[in-house]
Amino acid sequence: MDILVCLKRVPLAGGTLILTPDSRDIETKHLGFGISPHEENAVEAGVQLVEQMGGTLTLLTLGPSDAEEQLRSQLAIGATRAVLIETDGQEWDPQGTAAALVDAINSEETKFDLIIFGAESADSAGYQIHIRVAHALNRPIVTNVKAMKVENGVVSCERVVATGREHYEAPMPAIVTVRDGLNIPRYPSVPGRMQARKKIVDMKKAEPRVPKLEKVTLALAPSKDKGAEILGKGVDAVPALVEVLKQIGAL
Amino acid sequence: MSKLPAKAKCVVIGAGIVGNGMVYHLAKLGWKDIVQIDKGPLPNPGGSTGHASNFIFPVDHSKEMTAITAESMRQYKEWGTFTQTGGIEVARTPERMQELARRITSAKSWGIDGGQILTPAQVKELVPYIDENVIVGGYYQPTVGVVDSLRTGTLMREHAIEAGAAQSFANIEVLDITVENGHVTGVVTDQGTISAEYVVIATGCWSPKLAEMAGAHIPLTPAVHQMKDIGPVPFFKDAKGDIEWPIVRDMDVFMYERQHGTGLEIGSYAHRPILYTPEDLPSNATAALSPTEFAFTQADFDIQDEHAYELMPSIVGDENVREKYAINGILSYTPDGMPILGETPEVKGLWSVAAVWIKEGPGTSKSVAEWMVLGDSEIDLHSSNIARFHEHQKAEFHIKARVDESFNKTYGIVHPLEQYASNRNVRLSPFYAAEKELGAVFYETAGWERPFWYESNKNLLAKFGDKVMPRTSEWESRWWSPIINAEHLQMRESAGIVDLSAFAIFDITGPSALAVVQKAALRQMDVAIGRVVYTPVLGPNGGFKSDLTIMRLDTQHFRVVTGGAHGMADKKWFSDLLPTDGSAQIFDLTSSYTTVGIWGPKAREIIQAITKSDMGKEAFKFSTCKIIEVGPLRVLASRISYVGDLGWEFYVPIEQGAKLWEMLWDSGKKHEMIPVGIGVYGTTGRLEKCYRAYGPELETEYTVVEAGMQSPKLKEADFIGKAAHVKHRSQTPVTTLCTLFVDDHTSSTGEKRYMMGNEPILTLDKAPIVDSHGRRSYVTSAGSAPSLGKHILMSYLPTELAVAGNKFIVEYLGEHYPCSIAEVGATSVFDASNERIMA
Amino acid sequence: MILVLIDHDQSEIDPLSLRALTAARKLGHEIEAVAIGSDGAQLAAIVGEYGATKLHVAAHDAITDYTPMASGRALKDLVDKFKPVAVLAAGSPRGNEQLAHLAAFLDIPMAAECSEITLGSPHHVLRARWAGNLIESAHVHSELLVATLLSFSVEAESANSGVAIVLTFEPALEPADSIVKVLSRDSGQSKAGLTLSDAKVIVSGGRGVGGPDGFGNLEELADLLGGTVGCSRVVTSSGWRPHAEQVGQTGTKVAPDLYIAAGISGAMQHIAGMKNSKTIVVINTDPEAPILRYADYAIIGDLHQVIPALTSAIRQAKG
Repeated sequence: MDILVCLKRVPLAGGTLILTPDSRDIETKHLGFGISPHEENAVEAGVQLVEQMGGTLTLLTLGPSDAEEQLRSQLAIGATRAVLIETDGQEWDPQGTAAALVDAINSEETKFDLIIFGAESADSAGYQIHIRVAHALNRPIVTNVKAMKVENGVVSCERVVATGREHYEAPMPAIVTVRDGLNIPRYPSVPGRMQARKKIVDMKKAEPRVPKLEKVTLALAPSKDKGAEILGKGVDAVPALVEVLKQIGAL
Repeated sequence: MSKLPAKAKCVVIGAGIVGNGMVYHLAKLGWKDIVQIDKGPLPNPGGSTGHASNFIFPVDHSKEMTAITAESMRQYKEWGTFTQTGGIEVARTPERMQELARRITSAKSWGIDGGQILTPAQVKELVPYIDENVIVGGYYQPTVGVVDSLRTGTLMREHAIEAGAAQSFANIEVLDITVENGHVTGVVTDQGTISAEYVVIATGCWSPKLAEMAGAHIPLTPAVHQMKDIGPVPFFKDAKGDIEWPIVRDMDVFMYERQHGTGLEIGSYAHRPILYTPEDLPSNATAALSPTEFAFTQADFDIQDEHAYELMPSIVGDENVREKYAINGILSYTPDGMPILGETPEVKGLWSVAAVWIKEGPGTSKSVAEWMVLGDSEIDLHSSNIARFHEHQKAEFHIKARVDESFNKTYGIVHPLEQYASNRNVRLSPFYAAEKELGAVFYETAGWERPFWYESNKNLLAKFGDKVMPRTSEWESRWWSPIINAEHLQMRESAGIVDLSAFAIFDITGPSALAVVQKAALRQMDVAIGRVVYTPVLGPNGGFKSDLTIMRLDTQHFRVVTGGAHGMADKKWFSDLLPTDGSAQIFDLTSSYTTVGIWGPKAREIIQAITKSDMGKEAFKFSTCKIIEVGPLRVLASRISYVGDLGWEFYVPIEQGAKLWEMLWDSGKKHEMIPVGIGVYGTTGRLEKCYRAYGPELETEYTVVEAGMQSPKLKEADFIGKAAHVKHRSQTPVTTLCTLFVDDHTSSTGEKRYMMGNEPILTLDKAPIVDSHGRRSYVTSAGSAPSLGKHILMSYLPTELAVAGNKFIVEYLGEHYPCSIAEVGATSVFDASNERIMA
Repeated sequence: MILVLIDHDQSEIDPLSLRALTAARKLGHEIEAVAIGSDGAQLAAIVGEYGATKLHVAAHDAITDYTPMASGRALKDLVDKFKPVAVLAAGSPRGNEQLAHLAAFLDIPMAAECSEITLGSPHHVLRARWAGNLIESAHVHSELLVATLLSFSVEAESANSGVAIVLTFEPALEPADSIVKVLSRDSGQSKAGLTLSDAKVIVSGGRGVGGPDGFGNLEELADLLGGTVGCSRVVTSSGWRPHAEQVGQTGTKVAPDLYIAAGISGAMQHIAGMKNSKTIVVINTDPEAPILRYADYAIIGDLHQVIPALTSAIRQAKG
């Protein structure tokens, strides 16, 4: 089976963010880059399916040319090839992004049986690109998947909710978005890295659209200070903590 | 956590391996009231200590670095945080095998034994997971080990706290370091101000930023060292503890591999230099991992992956062995590769202990603490002295250029005479154009471009034939030319002109000027005006701090002339002696005066031809100086010699230098004068005369008596180190500096080989020679003596062995060569009665 | 008029929907609610109380349980018919998903996780990004605003109004709209990745633990409290603990009753994974550590001393 996983290059931030002087982006001078959290699970799921059932795993991203670094890392984990839709480095709005992804998918020779997204991006959290792609491609989509099985052309999914688990099925070709907990993503091996260097990353261009969800500025969220009650310093504070644990019923 | 105190004797900024070591050793030496602060949390505040690879190879070509490392290992063992694993440096090329032999040789000189050369099969036996086919051999050092630096630091800190000598505060950010009248007064933090007599900057790659707060400079740059940890490795699944397999350094690809639990850590100094500035480093809050652990950039490591794969295919090539952790770790790099230690020349009481790696941490801390508390350290730290930097070397451009160039030499084969290619032509003498015209080959000292030899003298090679002692081996021919020896021989026949612009020159003036120079100098400085005195400068322990020349120009006016390389440290030494009442001043005239010298039997004729001043033997005595008129110029001429021939140094304002050169040159042409490079001045001329040099022969560890430099009469005036020196004079020296000749240069392949310095001198049965103070005998300086057709070695030898004619072995690149003592003590092997100089 | 999607699970209302109603009321338009599935009709009283005058109930044979695309289609039908100014829902996984379907059907923008909405042309919103650490000020260029509301930005407030009028309609579903729906459910635990997610107590360690050995104390404390051990990213990337124990944006997101964070400074991606815990206790040497902002209680001190002392005190307390 042929699988496509969509990724996004995002900065790996520390505990406190710093904004660029124009307040339109976060300052990434000190930061490394990775992919959105759930996407690691998406790639892992893709790799496992290809390992079990054969086929290919293609990666697709939209971002600056530097996003090749993230694609290579995931190629090292076992993806077959990758496609990078190169932007000018500016953030695209969800509709523009989805349209570019759809164009790229449609221009592929491979008709992917399964397209996997991560449940949300670390940075923009728009919760919609995967659904827009599903609509454009006329494919069923299951979101927030925590367990998944492919059998007889059907992907069976499990979604975790407060009350337990829900079961879904979608006939393939289908789209799923996955959450962490689905699997434990593997890290690359050195031979994987070496093979990844030789794998193909197709560079594509897409014209940006006028954003309809238009970012004006960013601001740091006011500190959500819960006003932690300081119980004291060092071991002297332990009795106070034991009292707290009793109060909240932990003891 | 208690409140930050308002006052302390000493504030130590930083809680990495160095800061903790400083707190511990200052406390151990009796200081109390020490306050340690760090911006980050404890026990790992987020500096380089927190991500260090923590292994120690106790071998280095630098004696100072080896001594500090050995002392550090001793301390780690004392704290129980050292695990001995052994280590192997593997070679992929024959050139590297020679270098490994050289490393063993250096190790032996510095007292580190046990190193052995291994065949690929023997390496495989010790490290079964390497592919022996990619290597040609290895060097096994059994004493290599791994330390727990975080734990050691914690133990040291806690020890000082428990002893009641120190308090430690985490999460305190320094906002300013205050200075009054050139002396540090305290530290302003986000939690209050601490006034202090001493402030120690032990903040690794942040040091420049902190020094800047006080108006001082710590010229280092944060640079990336990449490493990745892969695992779990099936082969290591039963590994007991943290480490049990030898550490492997794959020298030719600038990498190392070490087992770490069930993982394999792969580190590299092979990637492109990635340099930052301290301002680039994020805070603990904004950092994704830690302020000194940047995101790994795989593209820079692609080739290293392949190299690691080649060496250890069974592990690195295992698809199931995966990257667990990979970082671009930040380390401190300096423009000359050495640490930055000591009191800053800009601010009294402000001390730097920076650019110190894990293998050096505890030893460095001990030495700097001794320096602070006792006035001097047992281990000579002159190569690390912060005062060594010249102004231009503090510029970011210089730091970055040099680190950029030298980063990949971390594991490189660095020739002892190797020159930097970057940031050259910074300081040019007024003779530079003329020298260039003459085909000068320039080497750099303290930023000055100095001719090492002149290609224009090539024609002399035919004239002198084999007397130039030609070399066939590539290693000793590198950064060398037989022209040096030809220049030497020609100078001895006629005369040579030498550019000495790199001299550091400073004047000391005022009513207390005499007292200042008396305090510094071993020799009598209360001399007649116009006398020139060559004198050692001693430390409190009676060891050498420098050797230099002082001219008395007037009752209250002395001119100190010293080598460029050590000039700035000397300047600080004298500056520190100035009385606080302003009754003496120091003026740096290095960039005001230029110096050129002429030596050789025809020197007098050449000068006399262009001056009316009487340059005669009696009229212008040796060891005197005076102003002479040469054409339109008034020139300070000083009759001394470092090359063993009659001659003078001439000092003129720098803008008149070209004119002076022109006149000397024109006159010299009539007397077969040639331009002579520093190859002669610093090595061949000096060695034939058995002149000692600061650094190689003269250092803290040796006494004036051992160096054979005591004067018959001890001066009455007090000077630094006098008490120790008096004691040394009353004792038979334990060791004596001797001059040796190599008796046979023929190697096992029949090629003639020439030692270059730092080789061990061994007994005839090839055992190391150790004096009763535990000091090894090694070659302090080596070089040609073309007038004698000999290759000279200088070495301290235990006094009982220091007998002319005694035979020894010198080990060079793993082979042994016979040598014998030519002279004991300071007597010259060439013109012992100094007739030529006194002519 | 503003339409608010009321999310319910087999007629059990999601309380976040009431917050959405409250927020919608403040925009100065008439509020009408939508519930998907015939059992949604039971919500007329509660949505009425919170200010909705009407409750549109989408009833269709194909809608037997949560069917997100069908929800989108039903919303589209209402939009076509009633031309509301805005369609809002709670910023829950379901709210986001159903409105995304609507936006996709209409090919108009959607703004998720808004904390503030100003209707206009263009509409202006403030929306949460970076796990709530950043606020984006954005313009939405579309006549109809489709937006979800940041879950906890508004407290639910009753409008004390009467029962909403129930208007049942049958959306014009196409076959594809109901392919994906909840086919069955069970209340048991999932087989995957739930050790941490399900724990009621998590004792989590960070860089301050110092190394793999330091986790022994944390395990002991976790055992004693009937919980499990978690850790921060630096711990797993250092190889001290397995990846499965990592709490955070790149690990598991957790919301236990008690979360003890020891030696964790609070990198954003860690905070993102644990900030919804009911009670957060921090043990840290750094009183300025970012994680304290999210904590209920804190001890400023060295975890290597505090944790063993706490363990023995709890033992004692338990007798």
